[in-house]
Parts: sequence; structure tokens; C-alpha cells
Amino acid sequence: MESMEKKIREIAREIFINQKIDFFLGYEEGSVPLKSRPFFIQAKEKTPDGLINRLVWNSFCSNNLAVFLPKFFEHDPRKKPPRIGISVKGCDLRSIVALIKEKQVPRENIVLIGVPCLGMIDKTKVEANFQGLEIIGSEETPEGVLNITTKDGKKHHLKREEFLQEACIECRFPMTEGTDYLIEGKARDPGDGGYARIKAFEDKPPEERWEYFKREISKCIRCNACRQACPTCWCKECFAEQTDLRWIGASIDLSDTMIFHLIRIFHQAGRCVECDACYRACPMGVDLRMFTKKIVQDVDELFSYVPGFSTEDTPPMSTFREEDSDNFISEP
Amino acid sequence: METSNWEPKIVAFLCNWCSYAGADLAGVSRLQYGPNVRIIRVPCSGRINPLYIVRALQNGIDGVLVSGCHPGDCHYISGNLVARRKFALMKRLLTYIGIEPERVQFSWVSASEGNRFAALMNKVIDDIKKIGPAKKLVKSVA
Repeated sequence: MESMEKKIREIAREIFINQKIDFFLGYEEGSVPLKSRPFFIQAKEKTPDGLINRLVWNSFCSNNLAVFLPKFFEHDPRKKPPRIGISVKGCDLRSIVALIKEKQVPRENIVLIGVPCLGMIDKTKVEANFQGLEIIGSEETPEGVLNITTKDGKKHHLKREEFLQEACIECRFPMTEGTDYLIEGKARDPGDGGYARIKAFEDKPPEERWEYFKREISKCIRCNACRQACPTCWCKECFAEQTDLRWIGASIDLSDTMIFHLIRIFHQAGRCVECDACYRACPMGVDLRMFTKKIVQDVDELFSYVPGFSTEDTPPMSTFREEDSDNFISEP
Repeated sequence: METSNWEPKIVAFLCNWCSYAGADLAGVSRLQYGPNVRIIRVPCSGRINPLYIVRALQNGIDGVLVSGCHPGDCHYISGNLVARRKFALMKRLLTYIGIEPERVQFSWVSASEGNRFAALMNKVIDDIKKIGPAKKLVKSVA
């Protein structure tokens, strides 16, 4: 991963000069262990060397950077749209493809650096391993070992493979394809997509499913973090905040919250790339993965469509086929 | 509300060109169907936002029927075909979280099918009576 980090810095430096980018989006070391945070580099007069050296690539670069892009390209006749370089994992790339397709991001203004993804570590899993003991330092080895220092001064060696995020374990497309630059390296083997987990939930009795949905959604405090973290949720005016027609209340009334999530999930139909940004952003630990994945699976099963690969194809929800299934129609 | 004389409240979203005319035909033909249904006329079944359906359930409606022209007969050529995709997903999503599948129903009724409309309404009313009042998404008034 260190070699990847070096390569990213090299390429970032190069494209600041050769491709005339105005911004570079990557990650820098976070202020606490086990966290990397999004990092924006802006080119002023000369190449920002000092800032480029702060770019990192490690097992904690899980944020989906695509979420920041649409804001840069909001229509403003006084401004020229910037050119942006960005380092992307498989899921980020799919999000960007979806944004290009929805005309939120112009392809010609983006310089993509693909990074083969080895999966990102789930901070909560590592923390759970130490049962509340504070972690004060972490270090990774190229062999896939995570060295952790805890507050009592002890060192621990963890296998990174055992602490990966669920989304990364299930990930079907860890490799980036069609980027402008590609960092050398091997991505992890594709996962199974996690459809089996959805099927297993489906097989439970309805009352049990309802209880689970109710229990999870009742944790929600309506902070909208799931929506803000999602690259696909770029509407300037969200249905949840419309006031001309007040569709749902803004408070944590359980019914309002349920409807917010149902419609939020529904709006992901044919667009969600399963990056799990919503799940990671949730401060209350609502199991959003269980519900958002359902719409991904249904779109795949009913319309044979997996989003985030082509900017040319028609979105499944704005087209139809004559032979689409009618089996849910009620007959008298 | 769960006394023996409970009657379900049902909302039917009907498209202007086929299903609404079908309901009209049922009326002028003096076909009998339950008085539980409130009809809302929409320009096309493609006009239905799934939000309307959950909003109806939130406001204490016990059952929702959405009906449009038969596939291929849409006044706007393909509105109902696009709607069909939406409804298929919505029905699956609602069932997935544990809402009874009978609670929200979709159908096709043409302008000449007064009989079908009356029979369909009776079926929906029967279904809803069997599963009882909606409780799951209802907003409680504080």
C-alpha cells in the first residue's frame, strides 16, 4: 500500500503540471488512529508539493469521494467549471460513472486515478476487539498485518482480512476499469454481492421482518447523514424537506422516519452502487445495508441492471420492456 | 376501531383514461361494489409517486389500489409500462419490510371493463377486511 501511496503522489504531481487540474481529491491521515479523511488540494501559482506529500493511501480510505463532486459543477455562468483529479476505488468509480450519466459531473473535467482496492478496515470491528480500550496508534505492513498500540502500551498484531468492512467482503467489483491512470497492483478477489443475506431475511416471517425494520428505524435521529454521505443523493431539494407540499414531518416520529427511509431507498433504484457510505455515516448504527441492498437486488433480478458501469445505457427506471413481469398485478 | 362494525377505508388511484372511465362505467351500469373506496383521479398511472401510496397508509388508509390502462393501451403510449417497473419494486420493498402484500395492490382496468372494476373493488375490500386495519405505517396523532 505504501508503493500505491507513492504512485498516487507522483501522479498527482504530474497531473497538476500536465493536465492543468485545479483540485485534487484524495485522503490524508486523520487526527485519530484508524481514520483517514478526505483531503482537498488546490493549485495556486505553483504545484502544491507540500500538500501532495500529505496524501495517503491505507486501509482506512473508506469515504466515497464522489460525494463531493457535484457541488463543484453546479451551474454558475460566472465561473468556469474546475478540472479535478481524484483517486478512486472500485465503488467510488462506479459512483462517478453514475454521476456522469446523470449529468452532474462532466467527464472531460475529471482525471481519474484508479486504485485496485484491497478492502477497507472497519474501525468499529477493530475497536470491538479491544472492548473499549483506547487505541493510540496503528501501522500496516505490506503482508496484511495491522499493528495496533493500545493505551496500556501493549502492541497487538491483527490480520487485516478479519477486520474488513462487510461491504468490502461482499464487494463484487473491487477493480477499477476505464480510469485515466491505474495504479499497479492486485485488487482483492470479488465477493458474492451479499444477495444471500437479503434472501435469508426475506424468508423470515413478515412479523419478524417488520419488528426488525421498526427496531432499526426507531434508532434514527433524522440527522440526514445517510443522505449527505451518498454520492447519488444530489437533489438540490429533497422530498423530505419540501415545504410547498409537506410530504413528511422533519421530526423523529417513527412513521415519518420509516417513510423517509423507504422513499430514500426507493430513490436508489438502479443507482445505488453498494458503497455503504450511508451505513458508515450513520451515527446511530441503523442497519441500512439490510434495506438498501434489497432495491439493488430487485433491480438486478427484475431488470438485469447493475449501475455504475456505462454512461450510455438508459437508467432502468426511465425505460421499460414489453415483457416486464406482470406477476404482482391483482386480478379480480 | 377493531369492533365488529369496522369498515376499511380504501384509496384507489385511477388513471384518467382507462381505469377512471372503467369506474364510471361500473357506476352508470349500476354495478354494486362496496362503499369503502375513495377514488383519486390521476392523469396516468405513471403519475403515481410511490410516496403517495405510503402517505395514504400513513394517514390511516387501510388499503391502496393503483390502477391504469392495460399494458400497450396507455393514452401516453408507455406511462403504465414505466409505472409497472416502479410498482413491481415498491410492492417488493413494502413486502420486504413486513407490510402485508394485500395492503397495496396494483391492477389494470380498461374503460370498457366496468364489471372488472366492480369485481376488483370487491376483491380488494375482502382482502383488506381479512387482514384488518392498517397499523404499521400509521402516524399516531400526539
